[in-house]
Amino acid sequence: MKTAEEIKAAIEAAVPGAGVEFVLNPGPAAEHSLRLAPECAVAVATFLRDDAELAFDFLSNVSGVDWPDKEIAEKVKVTRQVTKTVDGVEQSVEETVDETRKRVEPGCLEAVYHLYSVAKKHGPLVIRMKTANRSDQVQLPSLTPIWRSAEFQEREVFDLYGIIFTGHPDLRRLLMWDGFKDHPMRKDYVEPDDYEYEPTPHDAVLARAQERKDREQGSKGARD
Amino acid sequence: MSVVETKTEKTDGWNRPPLILPDGEGELLEVAMGPHHPSTHGVFRMDVALDGERVIRLKPVFGYLHRNHEKIAEGASYLASMPYTDRLDYFCSLTNNWAYAVAVEKLAAQEAPERAQYIRVILAELTRWQNHASSIGFLIQEMGASGTPLMYAFKEREKILDLFESLTGSRMMCNYMRFGGCRVDVSAAWLDATRKVVAGLAGFVDEFEALLSSNEILMARCQGVGILKPELAVNAGVSGPMLRASGVDYDIRKVDHYGIYDRFKFRVPLGDHGDIYDRYMVRVLEMRESIVILEQALKEIPSGPIMDAKAKIRGFRPKPGEAYGRIEAPKGELGFYLISDGGPNPYRYRVRPPSLINLTVLEDMCLGSNVADVVLIFGSVDIVLGEVDR
Repeated sequence: MKTAEEIKAAIEAAVPGAGVEFVLNPGPAAEHSLRLAPECAVAVATFLRDDAELAFDFLSNVSGVDWPDKEIAEKVKVTRQVTKTVDGVEQSVEETVDETRKRVEPGCLEAVYHLYSVAKKHGPLVIRMKTANRSDQVQLPSLTPIWRSAEFQEREVFDLYGIIFTGHPDLRRLLMWDGFKDHPMRKDYVEPDDYEYEPTPHDAVLARAQERKDREQGSKGARD
Repeated sequence: MSVVETKTEKTDGWNRPPLILPDGEGELLEVAMGPHHPSTHGVFRMDVALDGERVIRLKPVFGYLHRNHEKIAEGASYLASMPYTDRLDYFCSLTNNWAYAVAVEKLAAQEAPERAQYIRVILAELTRWQNHASSIGFLIQEMGASGTPLMYAFKEREKILDLFESLTGSRMMCNYMRFGGCRVDVSAAWLDATRKVVAGLAGFVDEFEALLSSNEILMARCQGVGILKPELAVNAGVSGPMLRASGVDYDIRKVDHYGIYDRFKFRVPLGDHGDIYDRYMVRVLEMRESIVILEQALKEIPSGPIMDAKAKIRGFRPKPGEAYGRIEAPKGELGFYLISDGGPNPYRYRVRPPSLINLTVLEDMCLGSNVADVVLIFGSVDIVLGEVDR
């Protein structure tokens, strides 16, 4: 099978302006992946399936991955003007200080697809797409029109991660019930105090509910 | 089975099209098959729309057994998830263990030693054999032969479960494989007992086939029913005996050569109609091929260590990276996708469940057939709800 770099070159030759990015896998498995730009993903996926040499006709696995906002602390050298008294005379001197700066790397949701070829018996090729953020721009194009096997798996990713697959024929929750609000596989998901209505909540549930109440009141007090 | 008559458009937040009869005449029935129904193998529901006896729509409803296995595994260490994989497809805990071990070994660059590889093959093929035997038993049960054929299949399965119990301490929740090897070594006595059981398996398959394969009822109910075209099967990610019954030559044991499967001589049975009968027949033939593999493995098993010397049990932290490991489980392609961030827990842990993905084509196979055949078509997919819902 061609390597991920060669497949990237083949895609760029066939789909102009495809915007494919090579993603290195640092682990020993060395299954490198290709990140597709959501705008061209359907065209690229169609090419991967229909190209006679690549022939990735079998979409094995679709999984969501959550990458929350990350706060990164960096040490930066800062040069600034300081007034100092040298030999009894006040002078402006340049001084270099280490400073820790925090910056927030915005998070995203990612959909990862593992492709194999039944016709050519090769694989896997890993392709991935990521959303713009984790809150309001969570749309990705659905690949179900190209590979039917994504039908339930994309529903599951929608259910558990909240990625909205545009173009999916039947995008409903798969495992959680219809009235459910949150997306449980996200890293910042908070479990409810109890999962079902209990007529007599037991001690652990009561303690957890009290803790949450205290926390909410505490934070409210701080805001006011 | 509860029968509900629908008169108006049904919207219950489902975003689905209203039920309109093709000719606008006659009664339309919506039947909820399940969630508590003997034919659904657990808590699973099919919302079937019927025009008379004919199925015009079928939507599977999942999640009754959902416990978010993946989330729990992300909060536990790598090893701590091993016993939990037993609970996915609880008929085949040993192949679940193996698939997870394959993925972690790929992630952490470990390799199981020779003897452990042989033990894995022996256990996986025993698992495949008993899975196929009982799935055929269930299929016959759904045809109306209540009890007897299933108990017949279970009789032989019992001997294999006894072997599992004497080796791992548990009949179904075996929790036996480890990253880079196996938990305990097999004794010479266990191998002898296994040889004895394996020697009896072929005779049982002969008997089973003499009873079933040319049975008139089985042929009438299964041939030409629930046909799955090979193009659709590949496109829909169907795997395992179902894919091969549609005539697609794709067995991961032959394609990926994981473990030591390239050392054994065995054939991959294929169907040519893609109906229920072919699925039944492919399973029977695979049982025979499993016996062939078992005989070779039991003859050639070497002595030696059963754990990779480099493998770390405590403080196991694979380097950052990701890996997708998959095996040919009895029900199809079982895969694990793992992302490590260098910590003791997987950052992302994903199970690729063959049972769920094989159900993608359930509606396509059932459309136009009679409602009584839905039970059979569903049974021929061979699912376990523990794996579908996870």
